[in-house]
Amino acid sequence: MGGTEADIDDFGGAFTLQRADFQALLDALSKLGYDIIAPTMKDGAIVYGAIRAVEELPIGWTDDQGPGRYRLSKRLDGALFGYAVGPHSWKKYLHPPERELWRAKRNGNAVTFKTKPPDKQKRAFLGVRACEIAAIDIQSRVFVDDLYSDESYETRRRNTMVIAVNCSSPAETCFCTSMDTGPAVSGGYDLLITEVVEENAHVFVMKAASNAGQAVLAQLPLKTASPADVASSRAVIRGAEQAISRTMDTEGLRELLQENPEHPQWDDVASRCLSCTNCTAVCPTCFCTTVADHTGLSGEESRRLQTWDSCFSGAFSELSGGSVRQSTKSRYRQWMTHKLSTWIDQFGASGCVGCGRCIAWCPVGIDITAEVTSLRAKPKKEA
Amino acid sequence: MAPLRKPKLAVWKFASCDGCQLSLLDCEDEILALADTIDIAHFPEFSRRVTRGRYDLSLVEGSITTTHDRTRIQDIRRRSKKLVTIGACATAGGIQALRNGRNLTEFISVVYAHPEYIDALATSTPISDHVKVDFELRGCPIDKAQLLETILAFLHGRRPSISTTSVCTECKARGTVCIMTAKGAPCLGPVTHAGCGAICPAYDRACYGCFGPMESPNTTSLAKQWSALGAPRDQIARAFSTFNVAAPAFEKTARAHADKDN
Ligand code: SF4
Ligand code: SF4
Ligand code: SF4
Ligand code: SF4
Repeated sequence: MGGTEADIDDFGGAFTLQRADFQALLDALSKLGYDIIAPTMKDGAIVYGAIRAVEELPIGWTDDQGPGRYRLSKRLDGALFGYAVGPHSWKKYLHPPERELWRAKRNGNAVTFKTKPPDKQKRAFLGVRACEIAAIDIQSRVFVDDLYSDESYETRRRNTMVIAVNCSSPAETCFCTSMDTGPAVSGGYDLLITEVVEENAHVFVMKAASNAGQAVLAQLPLKTASPADVASSRAVIRGAEQAISRTMDTEGLRELLQENPEHPQWDDVASRCLSCTNCTAVCPTCFCTTVADHTGLSGEESRRLQTWDSCFSGAFSELSGGSVRQSTKSRYRQWMTHKLSTWIDQFGASGCVGCGRCIAWCPVGIDITAEVTSLRAKPKKEA
Repeated sequence: MAPLRKPKLAVWKFASCDGCQLSLLDCEDEILALADTIDIAHFPEFSRRVTRGRYDLSLVEGSITTTHDRTRIQDIRRRSKKLVTIGACATAGGIQALRNGRNLTEFISVVYAHPEYIDALATSTPISDHVKVDFELRGCPIDKAQLLETILAFLHGRRPSISTTSVCTECKARGTVCIMTAKGAPCLGPVTHAGCGAICPAYDRACYGCFGPMESPNTTSLAKQWSALGAPRDQIARAFSTFNVAAPAFEKTARAHADKDN
């Protein structure tokens, strides 16, 4: 995504909301029956959780990220959205870590099955970044727009309002510009917010792209955005683009990975990788799960639970006779090759949106962009 | 489906603190229901009624530290259809395995008023060093939900549904912010077997590895990262020298960071 005016989302029909009126947005969402899920501070990080008051946002805070490292620090201003993405992603809500698929009960010789009704709670995700919209689209492609559709995911997605925010303060780990997913939001939202913090002004330039978004705007004390407001919004986006320094060269990456399963770099990364599964848990596109049955004491009832799984676990590739991917080398290679290469064959696009979470939250700081560089440096291993 | 004969459960103690057996007693609500389905035939901590003979499932707590126990475990194995070890002592040798490779006679003379009464082996070893073990349940102490799952699995003839990945998996599932990356805390979670539900990091305490090594523990890489975060060598050696010190992956890294005279 380049920095030209044409690439930046069109601000026609935009309005401004004053910082002093931001609570009105939260109140309107609550009144319309939405649970508001937003960035909030917990245990030294910015995570996603339910909020009702503007004070619960990380006002005036930002994050400082690097490989295997995340720290919060104070900003000089009182921005509400002046940080990048943290350890949580929206998949926590759309594709939760644990879900009951069904319960079964034995009555004499009959067995009855029960499934929970789909979760229809309306949720408003406030502060969704461009890379995260791309990630939600990718998971929707996997769960909904395929041969089989996951009703549970589809229901939650359908009842979710996406309130996007254009990034102003990317982290050192961000590389959305390489993956063509950000930092400017372009579509996939109900409402779009650009936060403008200037010397004497603190406003939110807002735009609706759906009826649901429009219904929220109708409740707010808005003013039509002036040309100056629009110019400020564009400046925020350009500033974010310029602040992103990390890159991943995606040219021919699909082929590079598929042609180099024996590259010596895989041994190198395996010597560092802990096969701890953190990268897959924080990745907003990783979707793999496993199922397990839990029997009750009497043997009369059973629950089937779906939980997140990871290609870094041994059981993930277990067939009769054992795990197919015994070594950490084969697991890391599977993860990276799927994410950046065979994902394209399978779903028509890369599985990486450049959010940088796997870099920051890897306990030993393994950096997927650096791994790509190393794989390129020494291509095919000599036979 | 009432079985024709209730399966017989036995609980055995070797060198241990009783904590794991207490986890079974701690299943207050479940243990009575359990007693409906199985015959608790030998569990002195629970009931004085002891049935001799053969058992369908034996739960073994504790490590082997005496010649007497070395013989006793053979007898228990012969009389048990399935044998499951419970806890770090039975599975890895326990904290008492710190004596392995050191001077036991000297320890005994320092600790006991009458060393002549002590008849102990030079090492503390896991049950699997002596007999075939059907399943090993981790933890110091074990987790009661995992214990119930294991008992139920054996009752129903299926494999226990117990994850062998890292504690990090559980940390992420419950949404805990990683204290290693966000605070620089020296956490053993990435190399430690899941099962506790990632309790310690949830209370802002680094995992200290009480469940022992996970399925593919890269302790060398983790120790390197700890050094980079500023942990001195002796701290690394000590972290790997607790309840699971005799588990090979932990022992190796503890040794690599120990001072030469140790
Ligand atoms: S790459 Fe990092 S986060 Fe992922 S499994 Fe390996 S050590 Fe864990
Ligand atoms: S692979 Fe890493 S950078 Fe790419 S989407 Fe997943 S977590 Fe984000
Ligand atoms: S990767 Fe891009 S869109 Fe995502 S948080 Fe960073 S700057 Fe924003
Ligand atoms: S706090 Fe420890 S156990 Fe939890 S994710 Fe971080 S390293 Fe793993």
